[in-house]
Amino acid sequence: MTILKFSDQHEWIRVEGDVGTVGISDYAQQQLGDVVFVELPETGRAVDKGGEIAVVESVKAASDIYAPVSGEIVEVNAALSESPGDVNVDPMGKAWFFRIRLSNTADLDALMDQAAYDAFVATLS
Amino acid sequence: MTDSPASAPPLHTPLNALYRSLGGKMVPFAGYDMPVQFPSGILAEHQHVRAGAGLFDVSHMGQIRLTAKAGQSAAAALETLVPGDIAGLKPGQQRYTQLTSESGGILDDLMVTSTGDHLLLVVNAACKDGDLAHLRARLQDRVEIEPMFARGLLALQGPLAVRALSRLAPSVAGLAFMTGAFARIDGADCYVTRSGYTGCDGFEISTPGDACEPIARALLAMAEVKPIGLGARDSLRLEAGLCLYGHDIDTATTPVEAGLLWSIGKERRVTGGFPGAAVVQRQIAEGPPRRRVGLRPDGRTIARENSDIVDASGTKVGMVTSGGFGPSVSGPIAMGYVDRAHAAAGTKLEMMVRGKPVPAEIVAMPFVKHTYWRG
Repeated sequence: MTILKFSDQHEWIRVEGDVGTVGISDYAQQQLGDVVFVELPETGRAVDKGGEIAVVESVKAASDIYAPVSGEIVEVNAALSESPGDVNVDPMGKAWFFRIRLSNTADLDALMDQAAYDAFVATLS
Repeated sequence: MTDSPASAPPLHTPLNALYRSLGGKMVPFAGYDMPVQFPSGILAEHQHVRAGAGLFDVSHMGQIRLTAKAGQSAAAALETLVPGDIAGLKPGQQRYTQLTSESGGILDDLMVTSTGDHLLLVVNAACKDGDLAHLRARLQDRVEIEPMFARGLLALQGPLAVRALSRLAPSVAGLAFMTGAFARIDGADCYVTRSGYTGCDGFEISTPGDACEPIARALLAMAEVKPIGLGARDSLRLEAGLCLYGHDIDTATTPVEAGLLWSIGKERRVTGGFPGAAVVQRQIAEGPPRRRVGLRPDGRTIARENSDIVDASGTKVGMVTSGGFGPSVSGPIAMGYVDRAHAAAGTKLEMMVRGKPVPAEIVAMPFVKHTYWRG
């Protein structure tokens, strides 16, 4: 089964087995504005939960992306370097950033499900 | 961009309510509550200005009118504070210049237009109170100094700006770049100059405060005109190679270092007579120790303001003062200062971004060709 969770830093992670696909939420892309560059990690890199793992550049500013869980990067979405604007168009779909092999699936317990995240976003505006 | 002090409540321009109603995302800027973008986003706004006509609210900028007192010349008085050739301005001509400090630094940069009877100054929002005090302290015996901070200022920029504004004021089509004239628009007495901050053809329209919103609405009702926020204003001026005060120029940079020698009157380079003239003249003769340059990084990584610029050996030779994504260039661009030895076009350097060197090349500016209407 697939588990979808969100962090309070507006990353989403969709987990099947012990591999999670990570991107940023629709709220995050709206806040960033037009995305013009995404700096992705190298595959094989190990990262701790909360660690800086990627950078999104909008016209306005650079924003760090944090790993929502600990693990090892197993794949990155190379297509984003050619079409960073996909982050604004389909942030939850084709504009995924990277896949990570979770070192501790219990990390997911600290993240929000869709309903909790929607409620969290509602408090921000 | 210069943020306001957190303490004071933000000021509103005459277009605040209109821009909020259009979905402007408001941010604090130079003490004002200003739109950074509209729902279409900065990229679309930028491209719209390059292809159509974009309307910017720049009413936060300071408009100041100088009028000579009996037996005096306003131009001669102002020339004691700026290096530009103001005395040579014919009625209806406009010039870009700087208020300089005794050390040759730049207190502010400004536009000066002669109407024949007056000089009209447009200064930066963040500097306007300081500029006014500076002018009063130095010039009030010779000229009347009238702040017109309640007036509106609209910038209509882009290749279709002339078509749009001509519908309201047919005479503006006859203006050439860096000239101005009075015009009656929507029943209000306005002063229009053919100038701007985008590298495109366009106009700046000084309006009575209460006429600003009706004129803006009349322009926005036209199919080719869209509202543009500060975000696109910044990307447009960066592509045009134009300085942003407080970033690319400030009290620590001279007009010569900033590559603004073109704006110093030829005669004034020799005669001086403005604050810091000795420093400026020495830099003209010997070359400045550093120069403002354009930089194109390889790849798509953006080097932003305050990124170090290093040479092949890793030695710091300069710093980025403005950096971002150029939508019309379709890639990252930057400007900054580098030591004179590294300032030639074609020089390969590196910009440090998040601890990693990004190869870059010094290039001539502007990044996007200016399309001013020179008549």
